Amino acid sequence: MSGPSTYQPQNPVMKWLEARLPIAGLVHSSFIAYPTPRNLNYWWTFGAILSMMLAVQIVTGIVLAMHYTPETTLAFDSVERIVRDVNYGWLLRNMHAAGASMFFIAVYVHMLRGLYYGSYKAPREVLWILGVIIYLLMMATGFMGYVLPWGQMSFWGATVITNLFSAFPYVGDSIVTLLWGGYSVGNPTLNRFFSLHYLLPFVIAGVVVLHVWALHVTGQNNPAGVEPKTEKDTVPFTPYATLKDVFGMSCFLVFYSWFIFYMPNYLGDADNYIPANPGVTPAHIVPEWYYLPFYAILRSIPNKLLGVVAMFGAILVLLFLPWLDSCKVRSSRYRPLAKKFFWGFVATCLLLGWLGAKPAEGIYTVLGRVFTFCYFAYFLIVLPVLSRVEKTLPLPNSIADDVLAKGKVGKAVAASIAVLFAFGVTLGGGSTAKAAEHEESPPSQDWTFAGPFGKYDRAQLQRGFKIYKEVCSNCHSLKLLQYRNLAEPGGPEFTLDQAKAIAAEAQIKDGPNDAGDMFERPGRIADTFKSPFPNEQAARAANGGAAPPDMSLLAKARSYPRGFPQFIFDLFTQFQEQGPNYIDALLQGYQDTPPEGFNLPDGSFYNKWYPGHSIKMPPPLQDGMVTYDDGTPQTLPQYAKDVASFLMWAAEPHLEARKRLGLQVMIFLIILSGLLYFTKRKVWANAH
Amino acid sequence: MKGLGIVTTQSSAEPTRRDFLYIATGAVAAVGAAAAVWPFVSQMNPDASTIAAGAPIEVDLTPIAQGQDIKVFWRGKPIYIMNRTPKQVEEAVKTPLSDLKDPETDQARTKAGHENWLVVTGICTHLGCIPIAHEGNYDGFFCPCHGSQYDSSGRIRQGPAPLNLPVPPYQFVSDSKIQIG
Repeated sequence: MSGPSTYQPQNPVMKWLEARLPIAGLVHSSFIAYPTPRNLNYWWTFGAILSMMLAVQIVTGIVLAMHYTPETTLAFDSVERIVRDVNYGWLLRNMHAAGASMFFIAVYVHMLRGLYYGSYKAPREVLWILGVIIYLLMMATGFMGYVLPWGQMSFWGATVITNLFSAFPYVGDSIVTLLWGGYSVGNPTLNRFFSLHYLLPFVIAGVVVLHVWALHVTGQNNPAGVEPKTEKDTVPFTPYATLKDVFGMSCFLVFYSWFIFYMPNYLGDADNYIPANPGVTPAHIVPEWYYLPFYAILRSIPNKLLGVVAMFGAILVLLFLPWLDSCKVRSSRYRPLAKKFFWGFVATCLLLGWLGAKPAEGIYTVLGRVFTFCYFAYFLIVLPVLSRVEKTLPLPNSIADDVLAKGKVGKAVAASIAVLFAFGVTLGGGSTAKAAEHEESPPSQDWTFAGPFGKYDRAQLQRGFKIYKEVCSNCHSLKLLQYRNLAEPGGPEFTLDQAKAIAAEAQIKDGPNDAGDMFERPGRIADTFKSPFPNEQAARAANGGAAPPDMSLLAKARSYPRGFPQFIFDLFTQFQEQGPNYIDALLQGYQDTPPEGFNLPDGSFYNKWYPGHSIKMPPPLQDGMVTYDDGTPQTLPQYAKDVASFLMWAAEPHLEARKRLGLQVMIFLIILSGLLYFTKRKVWANAH
Repeated sequence: MKGLGIVTTQSSAEPTRRDFLYIATGAVAAVGAAAAVWPFVSQMNPDASTIAAGAPIEVDLTPIAQGQDIKVFWRGKPIYIMNRTPKQVEEAVKTPLSDLKDPETDQARTKAGHENWLVVTGICTHLGCIPIAHEGNYDGFFCPCHGSQYDSSGRIRQGPAPLNLPVPPYQFVSDSKIQIG
């Protein structure tokens, strides 16, 4: 993207075009002939990975926007319709939701790489600042995207984040009203967030072009931090860097697919499967994981305005980094002290992230302040002082020399892995002690749908449906399901005639007819499951003031914390069955006499697993209550398990398709990554 | 691809084995890219709820007097149900096929025993406007957009439209009730 191109077209058509619009020459000089340092390691592939993620987010986002409705009463359901009814809608939604997290993982690696190797130093200051601007835009885009599904966390996240602006003196309230377009977060807010969420990725793409332009003017930094001097120091971008990048992207896709197909809800919050309710705040408001360090900084300052200033300052300080660190040596490889402090800074960020997810009380507040200080001290004290006092190691004469002295790199990698491991153990030790204080969690059951090859047990789903129909449906609705779902593959798989018969048993309100009257008719399979109450007020009135929740998403909307080391293991074992475990335990968790000293309100029942233990629902199931025709024991534990399985299916009807496609995609990507690895090695064999 | 691999290893020339690796990698990547496009195309097709909502509907014919018609919607398309007068039926039956642009007998477009009932999709086969019933020169339908004229059997007689108004799938469930779809 800089300087005249060396591109010499042979084809007459290309010659003609090149004389009028030198676009092929631009591509050639930017992505083919462009000289790239030959000692770049795999941390440098994250630039390409980020470009790929931006493209994935834009493409999946445009597709999702074709089916999404930005209106407060319809938004939540429209997302569920995408997941349930649109062809491959579940895939596109998982790609987009997990994609946001992957985007941030990649950007954090990319930023830390820049920090470690001093990629922000002269002459790359503008390149770095453009990167910080992209990061800020990403944060704004990610936040507004999270609001769109209009669940509880969407709504309350929007409320809390927009209220940050109320901290500014005099104009704060006016700014917040302006952001909302009303007196509270509401339909105008959702509409403008949708509009801006669609716009900002294209702004990001524009700034990315500037970022790449600036990169190609100054050239890439490299692990040695010395500028290329001769042609021996560089290799052409294609095929060397291209293949390395594609191999990196393919490996990253394996990691990404793990979340898309096996852990789609791991990075999200269960509360966001509850539709937004402006009257009830969830017990713990937690932002998405990628904002947690900044959230921790916000909360650690006891003054509202200063907290907001500190939070924004934590990002804005990055803009001044090129001048805060004036050390002439770029790479931390040759800065023994800076390297240690860098890893300390990484640990600080991770610990702040962990604190951001914890309640703001007791020891967490104290730790939050300590690490907030560490965060700012790194930029404002450590780096300026180090750049003046640190004795740096001798730099290699050239990049070619660096490539020859390769043994040391292995040592550096081993050292960083050791640091990470040590850090993990410390953190693990610290929070196991904490996890022990937690209340007991519901026991984990064996579910047929767990794990990478999980499938629903058809007979169990049919039994679960029977319990729903005979017991649950007297009070609970199942609004996101239609009778047709009962006959669809991957579910209870009733025959079409059975589903029609089940539908016909319900009297569905329809109309108006030609005379203008509403009338009732037998249900059809395209009808939604009939709700026991006409509206929420009626449900509330009939149930002692507590409306029975809709059960469509119950199995995904209920969860419990797993504690520190466990939640990491869960990522590998694909444990996602908190919801069914909770439902199963709740149905069996009633105790006739509450424990000593527990004050049970009138009209409530004591349940061991219900949050707060006082539940308005009387024990719904007893042994022998529902007749099973297939000889399955008619006991409460069996009922609980069957209905929990049924509700899991109701919440995730395409679970089987998801896991099946996941296996195919995983096998494919691993083969592709293997082939790319060998291809890359063959190509690079010439360069070494 | 397997066969190709065997051939190249037998020739045991280093450059060809390398070429094979490049071709295999490229081919696998291309297959993956092509497969990844499919969900993005498929999502444009009607979703499951739209398909389910396109189930057959029943229409009561009793309120439609002779010489009158009603318009009902099935799968988002208007369906004309016309109770034809004996004169209209006679005209439709007597028209020689040689006069027709898209030859089709009236019998083929109605149900035996219910010849007075004409059920057609009310969408002009020219460019999709809705023809007006009981207008035009043929006692049938007239499309105001570009002047196509259909007769009392919904067959194209004049104007730019190429085909007759299509007859949707339907059947009589009783003498006074039809099921469309």
